[in-house]
Amino acid sequence: MSDTATTTSAIEDALAAHAAAFSGSMQPKTQDGIPVVRVPRDQVIGFLVAARDDAKLRFRLLLDVTALDHYGQPRDRFDVVYHCYSFESRTRLRVKTSCPERDAVVPSAVPEFPTAGFLEREVFDMFGIRFDGNPDLRRILMPEDYEHFPLRKDFPLEGIEPEKVYRKHGGVMMPRATGAEPINGARSDTP
Amino acid sequence: MSLRETVLSVPPTQGDLHSEIMTLNMGPQHPSTHGVLQVRLKLDGETVIGLEPVVGFLHRGKEKHAEHLTYWQFMPMTDRLDYLAPLQNEIGYALAVEKLCGIEVPPRAQAIRCAIAEAMRITAHLVWFGTSALEVGAVTPFFLAFREREDLFDLIDELTGLRTNSEYIRFGGVACDLSPDLARRFKAFADRMPACVDEYELLLTGNRIWYDRARGIGILTPDHAIALGLTGPNLRAAGMPHDLRKSNPYSGYDKYQFEIPVGTVGDVYDRYLVRMEEMRQSARIISQAIESLPEGEFIARDYRYVLPPKDKVFSSMEELIYQFKIVTDMRPPVGEVYVGIEAGKGELGYYVVSDGGPHPFRTHVRAPSFINIQALESVCVGRPIADVVAIIGSIDFVMGECDR
Repeated sequence: MSDTATTTSAIEDALAAHAAAFSGSMQPKTQDGIPVVRVPRDQVIGFLVAARDDAKLRFRLLLDVTALDHYGQPRDRFDVVYHCYSFESRTRLRVKTSCPERDAVVPSAVPEFPTAGFLEREVFDMFGIRFDGNPDLRRILMPEDYEHFPLRKDFPLEGIEPEKVYRKHGGVMMPRATGAEPINGARSDTP
Repeated sequence: MSLRETVLSVPPTQGDLHSEIMTLNMGPQHPSTHGVLQVRLKLDGETVIGLEPVVGFLHRGKEKHAEHLTYWQFMPMTDRLDYLAPLQNEIGYALAVEKLCGIEVPPRAQAIRCAIAEAMRITAHLVWFGTSALEVGAVTPFFLAFREREDLFDLIDELTGLRTNSEYIRFGGVACDLSPDLARRFKAFADRMPACVDEYELLLTGNRIWYDRARGIGILTPDHAIALGLTGPNLRAAGMPHDLRKSNPYSGYDKYQFEIPVGTVGDVYDRYLVRMEEMRQSARIISQAIESLPEGEFIARDYRYVLPPKDKVFSSMEELIYQFKIVTDMRPPVGEVYVGIEAGKGELGYYVVSDGGPHPFRTHVRAPSFINIQALESVCVGRPIADVVAIIGSIDFVMGECDR
């Protein structure tokens, strides 16, 4: 379990310096001991590139891009989480940025990290977060004509079937049941 | 007039031949796409000028399910990710939850896990070896590969109760102990395996047809592979000696002697050689793990998170209560962990976020197959269509893991 045994203070100092330069900050470590940096969304690609190109850090491998949905909490709804790996120091890095629901757009990492293409498409598919600059931002796992974002917390596990939740009324789709028992197990707080 | 004369009597075509770009769908039922992968090819004659992988046919919403299940209940779901190496997925998930909860795994359980993980790597590589050779026309390797795979699954069956999807790993250890007799047979298998790999290599390594189909095809340089996020054998074949078992050892891998094979060119042939050597090295690790199997418990005694032994559950009230509590309402501390293990296809990562409740706030799987498939486009473009099949075989992915 020595994932981050080689994390030296030098790496963390360099990370903290870069974080400050990109108006971000170091966050408390969690159980896995990976350094966590939070940066504003317009700075996140700049920070990832700086962490990649810094001779001391060399976080060259972008492992993963995913998101968290803080639905119903008094904060920006979405966190986009990046994991990077450095072959030289054999450490990982977690970078977080957040975006609100009404303006769920984060700059794309694809121009700098080609591997982000599929990962960002998946985040878009599951959470509806748009990545500005991704050349091919389409659904990837769900069908192309799917209308919802399944990994959002307000999406019910049973799924939303449009014809069961809505009915056509004078050419307009109207909610089928209001306040009555949930349809198809859908929770009442579904959109 | 003979046929030859007829052909020769047709005047050569004047002016430009009509040609157009053809779009060809390969899959999702194409045998060489290993399951339900669709590859949309844009062809200029025989040459691929565009390639778009279409994935998602096997999407089962596992990450969504995880948020509605308890931590224990997600364990069987991990089996169905990379179904060619189910126990490796369980080990990765168990390591993530153990790190989240701070569970110490006893040395014996770690050694058993290492042996099992390497057995899984061998089975996964055997399927890869058999099918990728089959795709370029070599039929015999498939039967040889599945011969050893069946032997290994017989052992796994005896150890865990099921051939695949066995749900053998528990948080804090493994479900049941490895008996001395079974350990001896695992060791015998591991000792036999290198000779079997020699036999496979006899069929392909020096085979002129295989060499011509594989050498210089689908070249990945180290920088290119890193930019594409490739890990595992694909990255090592490109010449980057990166292996999480060496660089960030988990489960006590640092105790075993083994080599990391690396390629020089990064083509299909190198990826083939790297995986063949990895099977030999995996057999070495199994052998060492079984030989130096420590005595002691096979599962931790940490009743906050670890299931009590079954015999005690049936005889003691205390253990029964713990069992009930853990199964229905295990609450890890608030926090988040990312744990990556060296799976057969690359780095298999689990990102588990806990909000202190009985269900994970988020469980995300960093699936190496998903990343590997993305790399297809840049490797295949510019190559003839026949190479696409060889390259798809060499990149190695499982759709169950890709689509999740």
